[in-house]
Amino acid sequence: MAKKESNLKNMLIALLSITLIASASLGGIYELTKEPIAAAKLEKKNNAIKQVIPEFDNNPTSEVYKAAVDNDTLYFYPGKKGGDIVGTAVETFTNLGFSGEIKVMVGFLPDGTINDVAVLEHEETPGLGDKMDRKKSDWSVQFQGKNPETFRLLVKKDGGDVDAITASTISSRAFCDALARAYEEYKSINDNK
Amino acid sequence: MEYIIIIISAIFVNNIVLNKFLGICPFIGVSGKIETATGMSGAVLFVMTIATLVTYLIQNYILIPFGIGFMQTITFILVIATLVQLVEIILKKVSPSLYQALGIFLPLITTNCAVLGVAIMAGQQDLNLMESIVFAIANSLGFGLALILFSGLREHLELAEVPGPMKGVPIAFIVAGLLAMAFMGFAGIV
Amino acid sequence: MNQLKNFTKGFIKENPVFALFLGLCPTLGVTTTAINGMGMGLATTFVLLMANIVVSLIKNFIPDKVRIPSFIVIIASFVTIVELTMQAYLPDLFEALGLFIPLIVVNCLVLGRAEAFASKNNLLSSAVDGLGMGLGFTFALTLLGAVREILGSGSIFGLKFIEGDGMLIFILSPGAFIALGYLIVIINKLSKKGA
Repeated sequence: MAKKESNLKNMLIALLSITLIASASLGGIYELTKEPIAAAKLEKKNNAIKQVIPEFDNNPTSEVYKAAVDNDTLYFYPGKKGGDIVGTAVETFTNLGFSGEIKVMVGFLPDGTINDVAVLEHEETPGLGDKMDRKKSDWSVQFQGKNPETFRLLVKKDGGDVDAITASTISSRAFCDALARAYEEYKSINDNK
Repeated sequence: MEYIIIIISAIFVNNIVLNKFLGICPFIGVSGKIETATGMSGAVLFVMTIATLVTYLIQNYILIPFGIGFMQTITFILVIATLVQLVEIILKKVSPSLYQALGIFLPLITTNCAVLGVAIMAGQQDLNLMESIVFAIANSLGFGLALILFSGLREHLELAEVPGPMKGVPIAFIVAGLLAMAFMGFAGIV
Repeated sequence: MNQLKNFTKGFIKENPVFALFLGLCPTLGVTTTAINGMGMGLATTFVLLMANIVVSLIKNFIPDKVRIPSFIVIIASFVTIVELTMQAYLPDLFEALGLFIPLIVVNCLVLGRAEAFASKNNLLSSAVDGLGMGLGFTFALTLLGAVREILGSGSIFGLKFIEGDGMLIFILSPGAFIALGYLIVIINKLSKKGA
């Protein structure tokens, strides 16, 4: 079978049909995978929330509220049990990381005490700054049960109460910055309630 | 001030070749001589900047508003392929000698992961139009920097005494690794 | 065409990474662990196989002048299918591989095989070629990933066998270049001995 001749008509027909079939198939696959993709994203978020606040029986992501802070947004996910708030998970960030933005999920109890923290995204140096991730080390355990009113969210070098990661002062400072940002906003929202 | 950060980050700290691993094929393929490296870098600068500009417009005025974000890969690569064709045609007319020198590598810019990569990254980082253009120019300068530095090193390697099995590509990779290590020194500047 | 030879050439003799030096960007970029290398390799194999099949089927309907754009659209479609499917069902792998998944479309290996082989051979040979080259690519990526993971993290396929960190340089960018360079040297020496 000889190849089709390269005249304008044939070229247009070939390109058009290939593009149409491709777009149609992709549209179909997109429809098929839309829900599983959304579900996977939601599960990831819920897992982070579950990690940082006490047990809840509502759906925090559906009750999310936001606050615009420093050219970006903080997201607040309230966890409730039997209608009463047991904790609020705050999705916060810092741009002071050694290698860029770090996203952290911190869980506050109603009285402002930190229940737990979880790193969502970071590009810190493996073996150094990446120790902020619970999977790599227990460094972030020191924040559990601490209330920022009495536990200053600065590294000891800067006059605070936080033990910095060895040789990773910048990453540690950035982590504190993220927590402090979340706490400031959480406090101001709750004081105004 | 933001622009300075974008520029320094793209050229040195997150160098597209040595840190992000994009554009390796031409990096190994074209870096034999400094002249071809420079020519290739110029062509990439042109294609990358215009490609990022056009894909930015497509992403923000067509893909997102119509909810067809999943068409990103196809539309972006078609834009790049078209642009490369245009560059070929223009170059043939304007500078036939450069066209000859670049040879097969010109159409290969289409498959240069750096061009597509930068276009996608600009979208992911939510840069505005001006920032995207600066990002593209800076990244292509970073590509050129890595490419020209490396071709200088390779020209010297040609004259060095390299053990048999390491000749050619292997020693090139190892030296590239050392160059990447040097660039790691820039980490933390921004 | 001897299909067995067609299938096995992708493993050593014409291994895309070690012999043909194609598809180097993802090779260096995602091989921080063996699993990532394997995941990327298999995703690329899928695209390569499907693209080869489609190109081989419709090669006589594509006018010569528009064959490259046509191949690109076909390849890009399968890459998007992989993107969407991975996002839905393997979100952790999707995040780990990141930018390199859409970059499969510019993997010189895929476009190269479509152009050099699938557009000139029948369906069976093209499919076997795609599968063989893809698996050879997967083999290379998994091997490099394993080397980097063992040396850099002290683990293999996620199972740690030492306390703490290994030689971290190997999971950073210089390590990728250096590890690949030395792997090519070793494989070259081994294949020369056997030849």
